[in-house]
Amino acid sequence: MAEIDDDIIVCRCEDVTLGEIRRAISEGATTMDEIRRVTRGGMGPCQGRTCRVLIASELAKKTGKPVGQILPSTSRPPMKAVTMGNLARLGEAERK
Amino acid sequence: MRANADAVIVGGGVNGASIAYNLLKQGMRDVVLLEKATFCNGSSGRCGAGVREQWGSEGNCRLAQAALNIFENLPDELDYPYDMEFKQKGYLMLAHTEREWDRLRQNVEIQNRLHINSRLCTPGQAREIAPVLNTEGMLGATFNNRDGHANPFHVTRAYLMAAERLGADINYFTEVTSIKSNGYRVKSVTTDKGVVATPVVINAAGPWAKPVAAMVGIDLPLFTQRHQILVTEPIGKVLDPMVMSLSLGIYCQQTPHGSLVMGMGDPREPKGYDIGHSWTFLEKMCSIMTHLLPVLKNVRVVRQWSGLYTVTPDAHPILGSVPELEGYYQAVGFSGHGFMLAPVVGELIAEMVTGKKPHIGIGALDLGRFQRGEYNIEPSVV
Repeated sequence: MAEIDDDIIVCRCEDVTLGEIRRAISEGATTMDEIRRVTRGGMGPCQGRTCRVLIASELAKKTGKPVGQILPSTSRPPMKAVTMGNLARLGEAERK
Repeated sequence: MRANADAVIVGGGVNGASIAYNLLKQGMRDVVLLEKATFCNGSSGRCGAGVREQWGSEGNCRLAQAALNIFENLPDELDYPYDMEFKQKGYLMLAHTEREWDRLRQNVEIQNRLHINSRLCTPGQAREIAPVLNTEGMLGATFNNRDGHANPFHVTRAYLMAAERLGADINYFTEVTSIKSNGYRVKSVTTDKGVVATPVVINAAGPWAKPVAAMVGIDLPLFTQRHQILVTEPIGKVLDPMVMSLSLGIYCQQTPHGSLVMGMGDPREPKGYDIGHSWTFLEKMCSIMTHLLPVLKNVRVVRQWSGLYTVTPDAHPILGSVPELEGYYQAVGFSGHGFMLAPVVGELIAEMVTGKKPHIGIGALDLGRFQRGEYNIEPSVV
């Protein structure tokens, strides 16, 4: 199978390309968190729902580890983006 | 991992990274850095990323001023191929109470004496700097246009990559389990991956500084405390300066990427290592910030996280050697401002380790100050 082009976008929220992911790996990244810290891949509003698997499989390919052994990135709340206005109103409603 | 070193650094946060780079730059040969996870895993990667000269103690002002001088040229100095996202659009520190306004006015006097160009602003002048700011109930603000923020992941990585080019041996997922001495001198460091013989150990372990110091029998007067923080989706530019309020316990900045990062300190937070996140924080942070910056009402929160402040009794770091054990140094207890001081801390520690006189007097920041009772509390911490 042909190698996928470097300029394909892997993380759609943050416009991170496969080339950027590959570069971070070639510079020493071995975990999902390191890649996220360097490239912003997986840091956007969808929290890596799309790119997580793609980045993990690239890491697996480059490090020779099975995907299951790639240390996953930390998941953080909120699971879905919520407006600050709604969060503020929730707090005010609870205090009443 | 090397079996022998001239110096071993414990901790792969921004201070450990800066110390490693500066030791090599100042001529040390075999520098080994040990990190139990990966870079920026403790407080550096979780911080609010601000850099400010507007402090309330002369000591913090001087250190921050020197660090800012280095930050301004850091991309060139470290020859870093990525953007460190260093932005100097100032800190706007708000006053809503008389007590706070007095404090900030005193701080500006101290700062101006040290040639820091901070100034007092009326609420109207504050709105000129940050037009989206709601100044209702505000008495005034102080502003210093040289303050700002940077991306802590990139700053730390820039130091680590530069250190590696100079020959540093950087070891991730390597946990220090003990430090051996012959009673008066450091001999070696044992990790879960092997032993390094070394005459010098530098404790830069951030929140874990206290357990690391305990390995050589030193009891550090530190406690750790959770601080929470959130980031929004990126939006068009609305905010130039970092906005900070000591009485509300908040800070907020818009990164060059467009997202807004904001955090809060709660003095009632229990001490310890909990870095879970709370729903209450989201509600409270959003309630305060949508009042101060109403434009944020329709902006969505993408993520929340927490990090630890490692706090000393005077909110100043503990820097340097200890008389009981030759070869042991520490750069610990940054009390929430370790990121911004790291560039100068690396230089000062490297000067001490290589037998030079530190270019800024930091004798007063030794561990012994607490026993001597010679310390002043920094009043302006969130």
